[in-house]
Amino acid sequence: MSRLQSRFAELKEQNRAALVTFVTAGDPNYDASLAILKGLPAAGADVIELGMPFTDPMADGPAIQLANIRALEGKQDLAKTLQMVREFREGEQVTPLVLMGYFNPIHKYGVDKFIAEAKEAGVDGFIVVDLPPEHNVDLCDPAQAAGIDFIRLTTPTTDDKRLPTVLNGSSGFVYYVSVAGVTGAGSATLEHVEQAVTRLRRHTDLPLCIGFGIRTPEHAATIARLAEGVVVGSALIDQIANATSSEQAVEGVLSLCAALAEGVRGARV
Amino acid sequence: MTSFRAGPDANGLFGSFGGQYVAETLMPLIHDLAAEYEKAKLDPEFEKELAYFQRDFVGRPSPLYFAERLTEMCGGAKIYFKREELNHTGAHKINNCIGQVLLAKRMGKKRIIAETGAGMHGVATATVAARFGMECVIFMGSTDIHRQHANVLRMKLMGATVIPVTAGTGTLKDAMNEALRDWVTNVDNTFYMIGTVAGPHPYPAMVRDFQSVIGKETRDQMLAQEGRLPDSLIACIGGGSNAIGLYHPFLDDKDVQIIGVEAAGYGIETGKHAASLNGGVPGVLHGNRTFLLQDHDGQIIDAHSISAGLDYPGIGPEHAWLHEVGRVEYTSVTDEEAMAAFHICCRQEGIIPALETAHALAEVFKRAPNLPKDHLMVVNLSGRGDKDMQTIVHHMEQQEKHA
Repeated sequence: MSRLQSRFAELKEQNRAALVTFVTAGDPNYDASLAILKGLPAAGADVIELGMPFTDPMADGPAIQLANIRALEGKQDLAKTLQMVREFREGEQVTPLVLMGYFNPIHKYGVDKFIAEAKEAGVDGFIVVDLPPEHNVDLCDPAQAAGIDFIRLTTPTTDDKRLPTVLNGSSGFVYYVSVAGVTGAGSATLEHVEQAVTRLRRHTDLPLCIGFGIRTPEHAATIARLAEGVVVGSALIDQIANATSSEQAVEGVLSLCAALAEGVRGARV
Repeated sequence: MTSFRAGPDANGLFGSFGGQYVAETLMPLIHDLAAEYEKAKLDPEFEKELAYFQRDFVGRPSPLYFAERLTEMCGGAKIYFKREELNHTGAHKINNCIGQVLLAKRMGKKRIIAETGAGMHGVATATVAARFGMECVIFMGSTDIHRQHANVLRMKLMGATVIPVTAGTGTLKDAMNEALRDWVTNVDNTFYMIGTVAGPHPYPAMVRDFQSVIGKETRDQMLAQEGRLPDSLIACIGGGSNAIGLYHPFLDDKDVQIIGVEAAGYGIETGKHAASLNGGVPGVLHGNRTFLLQDHDGQIIDAHSISAGLDYPGIGPEHAWLHEVGRVEYTSVTDEEAMAAFHICCRQEGIIPALETAHALAEVFKRAPNLPKDHLMVVNLSGRGDKDMQTIVHHMEQQEKHA
């Protein structure tokens, strides 16, 4: 069983949803980012998404754009991101870690080399925003052949006709982008999320994680009643943006993570 | 012989270039667009409407003009200008916008968005949006807003909202990111009018088709005026829409030599340029796989060119393929060479070309003197230079200071 499968099976036993956290590797700098990463499991993160910085994050709003810029200014690159995962895995063998980003840095690094090194470093899955199923051969197929999950984004525009195409080849979990828009923008209504979950369930048995616009423990709790996972990104990153020191950034992210975890864990009681 | 004109394939690929590398939210939209465009292509009504607007609104056909004085000056090849700068709004950009706005109308879209660099595509977009009564939002880098202020005013006069983009270096690539972010947010009512032969399929093929009117006319006009096809074609390339529009109808005429001119900025060796083919490597950006300016980590490097319209770190995927298979020769011209060519054209022909176009002219002046007098050379005079006055005056002042 993969780490992702074990984690979702374990949470199903406990009748609770996963808190899935997103931060960008190297934001605000390598050391603070590593400290955040290492602290997340103890702060209640069940699944970790680690962003691979890119100069042109076309699907991201201002918060994550700035996180990418901060990381790149600190000379974060894909090699360092893989190194960060290795250092994280030294003390942590259970929490699944998914690398998330855009295709060009991977294309430049070399797809085969990237998959091999990610596997060796302890990466469990990839989310690549600009690789729809039309481009499965570019990364999805070889990654899955190597035992790395490929997590797909489904969106309000992915209709019933297209869903099978998107879900075919998905593994690990399914990420539902609950609003048509960029990260950190508005949030979907509860009614919309309920309908979307019902619709997605008709097409897949994979765990469903809902993201986009979820910022508070209360909101996270509401979503945790409906799906197998709640994804929070921009709100955590705002803690880094607003911090005046690396220590404050680490502390800010981990405190919010703990509060969100409490919300998610108390949701179905 | 295999045709060079058959691409792209069903997946939107020209060889290994092109494709549909976009977020899932946009995939259904670009599939809809591709399907609608395929239908429109076969619809005689669409063709009729397009021809009407090309003739009476844009002012086509544009003349194929014998540049007699420049031909004398060079003393070699016979130089012809394809006068795209005479089109309504002053450049080739309107050819594409008229086509896309008719498609937007068919699809019932009420809101048009576009990115713009030099502002020519923004102006053309604002123009057709005004003509068809649609809301229009233009994303433009803040650097470009500063150096192309006249075009900003033109867009606003026609009712467009111009949104300054400060991310990155505030140029065309950043404007395109922001337009994609808007599209992903306003999926229901918005039509994204991409201004060049880049982006996800079907844009590279669709924009090329709308621009191919340039090459089709050139072919007929040259046959009428000289009784044969031209020997060479020259055009400047940023994304590459004016170039592919001229080239495409000639790609299978193996005796027609085809040359594309990238912007070498301060010189390719300085790293400050916009020559994706001559100074970049393949990668994936803005929905397509193509040649890109990028660093060791696949991070996109900001382009530099004195011409805002060429200031883009990528190039249309069909050009990447034509470069790879060797059908088109891609060369480059520096800021200084373009500026010199600009002044020569003004003085010799009484035509003020756009700085983008001046790159193509600089290449003409390098080649024409060494060619025989019966060599027929066509250069795409893709746009007029009124918009560049600020940049040109500034450049002349700088030169006087250094003199």
